[in-house]
Amino acid sequence: MDLATFGVQLLNAIQYGMVLFLVASGLTLVFGILGVINLAHGTFYMLGAYMAYGIAAATGSFWLALIGGMAIAFVAGLALENVFIRRLYGRDHLAQVLLSFGLILVLDDIRQVVFGKDVHSVAPPAFLSGSIQLTDNMSYPVYRLALCGFCLAIAAAIFLVVQRTKVGMVIRAGAENREMTRALGIGFDQINRYVFATGIALAALGGILVSPISTVFPGMGDGMLILSFVVIVVGGIGSIAGAAIGALLIGLTDTFGKVFFPNISSVLIYVLMAGVLLWRPNGILGRREA
Amino acid sequence: MTHRILLPGLTRRGLLTGAAGAATLAVAPQLRSPAVAQKAPLKVGLMLPYTGTYAKLGQFIDNGFRLYVEQKGGKLGGREITFVQVDDESKPEAATDNMNRLVGREKVDVVVGTVHSGVAMAMVKVARDNNTLLIIPNAGANDATGPQCAANIFRTSFSNWQPSYPMGKVVFDAGLKNVATITWRYAAGAESTGAFKENFTKQGGKIVEEMTLPFPEVEFQALLTRIATLKPDAVFSFFAGGGAVKFVKDYAAAGLNKTIPLYGSGFLTDGVLEAQGEAANGMKTTLHYADNLDNPANKAFLAAFKAKTKMDGDIYAVQGFDSAALLDVGLNAVGGDDKARDKMIDAMAKAKIDSPRGPLSFNKAHNPIQHIYLREVRNGRNEFVSIAHESLDDPARGCRMA
Amino acid sequence: MAAYRTIIAVAVLLAVALALPFTVPTYYVQFASKVLIMGILAMALNLVVGFGGLVSLCHAAFFGLGGYALALATPKYDPASFFVSFPFAVGSAALAALIIGALALRTRGVYFIMVTLAFGEMLFFLFHDTAIAGGSDGTFINYKPEVAIAGTMLLDLDRPLVFYFAVLTCLLATIALLTMLVRSPFGHALAAARDNERRARSLGFPIFRLRLTAFVISGAIAGVAGYLAAAQFGYVAPQMLGWHLSATVLVMVLIGGLRSVAGPLIGAFVLLGLEEVLKTATEYWKLIEGLVVIAIVLALPDGMRHLLIAAFGPANDDTPTVTSVAEAKHV
Repeated sequence: MDLATFGVQLLNAIQYGMVLFLVASGLTLVFGILGVINLAHGTFYMLGAYMAYGIAAATGSFWLALIGGMAIAFVAGLALENVFIRRLYGRDHLAQVLLSFGLILVLDDIRQVVFGKDVHSVAPPAFLSGSIQLTDNMSYPVYRLALCGFCLAIAAAIFLVVQRTKVGMVIRAGAENREMTRALGIGFDQINRYVFATGIALAALGGILVSPISTVFPGMGDGMLILSFVVIVVGGIGSIAGAAIGALLIGLTDTFGKVFFPNISSVLIYVLMAGVLLWRPNGILGRREA
Repeated sequence: MTHRILLPGLTRRGLLTGAAGAATLAVAPQLRSPAVAQKAPLKVGLMLPYTGTYAKLGQFIDNGFRLYVEQKGGKLGGREITFVQVDDESKPEAATDNMNRLVGREKVDVVVGTVHSGVAMAMVKVARDNNTLLIIPNAGANDATGPQCAANIFRTSFSNWQPSYPMGKVVFDAGLKNVATITWRYAAGAESTGAFKENFTKQGGKIVEEMTLPFPEVEFQALLTRIATLKPDAVFSFFAGGGAVKFVKDYAAAGLNKTIPLYGSGFLTDGVLEAQGEAANGMKTTLHYADNLDNPANKAFLAAFKAKTKMDGDIYAVQGFDSAALLDVGLNAVGGDDKARDKMIDAMAKAKIDSPRGPLSFNKAHNPIQHIYLREVRNGRNEFVSIAHESLDDPARGCRMA
Repeated sequence: MAAYRTIIAVAVLLAVALALPFTVPTYYVQFASKVLIMGILAMALNLVVGFGGLVSLCHAAFFGLGGYALALATPKYDPASFFVSFPFAVGSAALAALIIGALALRTRGVYFIMVTLAFGEMLFFLFHDTAIAGGSDGTFINYKPEVAIAGTMLLDLDRPLVFYFAVLTCLLATIALLTMLVRSPFGHALAAARDNERRARSLGFPIFRLRLTAFVISGAIAGVAGYLAAAQFGYVAPQMLGWHLSATVLVMVLIGGLRSVAGPLIGAFVLLGLEEVLKTATEYWKLIEGLVVIAIVLALPDGMRHLLIAAFGPANDDTPTVTSVAEAKHV
């Protein structure tokens, strides 16, 4: 592998990791603050992609799809929190797992009613639709580069909120010790609601952003859910920085695994996870037992 | 646990009524009379994907089959036809169960299905065990008319070997000697690229690398980078549905289509052209159908299909249509009496159908013998270029049926 | 009084189970076999979830391993010997449970759920992405295993009736084994660790070892169920190992109630029956099933027991709790 190819593959790995981070950060936030494990997270990733398709097809604008899709997801998150998730606080994990599994079944069929079951693709915004020549015969889609930048910006925004604001303080405290923070009663009900909605919106955002480089299909959320879990287990629950590290590690393992060990590439990330578990059972940046 | 809420209005009597209802339900099937009167309608079980990735294909096959039956006044061979639908969801793990439901519970006389090869192979197994008449309207698994072939099993579509084999010669004749292949790591992919390789190397070409990725993964970026490094003369690929859309688009976005032409079996560009957009323009593929085939049967079929469904007919609709035509031939030979099974099967095996795809007949393994066309993507259609291989038979390797 | 009622209920159920294959068409015998097999799987899972307090999302993987073991042990043109393939299947599932359990039990709570889910998916991908047994296409088992000693056929599993009774026997054996386990000092200690880990630890229970043992036994029984399922359908596919099945079985456990050995069997019957009815009634059966699942979680955290209590009044509770820790201390 020459240097140029290595560089391109590295870019592939980072870009893949960025998307993983976006989706996993939503999941880790929701767990860190609410203590709720949400299996339907991947479903919102899928719904985000379908909304991007639906809105872009209706209006012709990718940006409208981006904003509209996130807004709808956010509102849906608020509603779900209010109707279902609220009843789960303090319930055992089994109830959480099964309720969110029920949600998956319901949301899947709702998607079928609203968008149908076809495979779609979404056009990127016009000024991002070209390619840049990287090697003599290989060009790189501009949208993929822009995606990296966009994800970086989102990541920076999340870090700023978590590290520099009062809300972020509560979030960090919650991730550190949920029961204690709840006992202190720092505006928890409100924060719960918005954190859950934000988590859902981040999942949908992931789906919206990948829709121009992926295909939009019914089962796309499943793989993403599992990968997000692996990212979180590797990085440590509730830690945004951990999610970033985990996502990049998975991106690198997967991309280079595909190049060097094509036959077992999809098993490699689990080997990585097992290794991390042996080394640090609570993840690389995980601090306490969840 | 603090949640001790009971459903309101739930009483002992309500539960007992429910239990009694359930008991009736369980006993009911026995009471059904054994209605096998000679002229009772023939029950056709349509086991197709009505949901999931292949839902659209299932819908077109379904429409094609029903169109033919409607054109014959709802009767084939003078026998009225009724339908039982089962959604196979393209899930192999549920296939045996679904097939048993059709054969065991619904007591259908004929089963038509399906798209997904894994599901079809499970259906083949049940059909062999129960001696149920099965017509496969799409799934191309070579084994179905290979080692697993049987008198009661027909296919009206293709074997995975068939559409790809002629491409080996097409590519070689275009002066391309070093070719890389890429596909999903599953039977259809392996059989398809295998057939291409068989013919291509026979002509004297060389396969420089065979790339695979797990089905149905669509993250191609790493492998596209690999192709750019290898610099082959051309790439042969097998993808279908959503994967085909994404692969063709990614291939163009990576700029590879400018220097390394992409070829494939026809499924790469069939039913997905709208989603692929400009990325697919000018691509050449081989298949047993082309959208603008200039024969009377095709024109009549496309017009009728449009009138019935408001949609443009495609190869899947044709395969559904031909499945009904094949059943019609069998039932005609026995005057609608499907109990005269041997005579019916004999007629079906010898059938010569004037299909929208051109002349269609069957080999000893009950797989189609048909033209394979070279097509090119123009005007958002797969347009006819030439006949890549005339009346191509399938080798039916491993079939022990005489 | 309560015990008396239980005995009658069991006798009636057993009578129905025995009479069933002689009274309904073959299709329903096959359906009943399927219910019993999923019942075995759900009961196995409940040893870990209900009695161990550990929410595992990888039991479908052990189930699938049992099935794949049969597929790999069966030659293309001959049946496999039951006496070779069965121990192979159960052993593979138990070994996988030992390795995954040893890693996953290093974690707690939600981590445990995620880790089991991820390892389950790893096994799924192992069979999905590699060429083992047909990859994502799955593979066929052309012949049911042969129960023969020295060439003499003891049981012809090809006959649905015989197969049904073989499954029923496995089911009764599973119930007997699990009941024994749950009532043994081991079971009491396991429940003690579930109810109050700190206290159980301070009482000197080897919690890790207890849980790992339960996990391995549970995995092995799941392997038995997978073996039977593969034999019944003659086909295995990677989806057998996927987490959707794991979650579905969890639903069965919840419906049946977490605190009884045979409850999950009722859960399997209810859920599969519901699917059977819904599938023929509507295209959107998953929507209804999902709503039912959500309703059960929110309204009936104890599953069907709630309904039964509503119908027949409270029954006796034979669940070991912390109070019985003292007698179980010498594990």
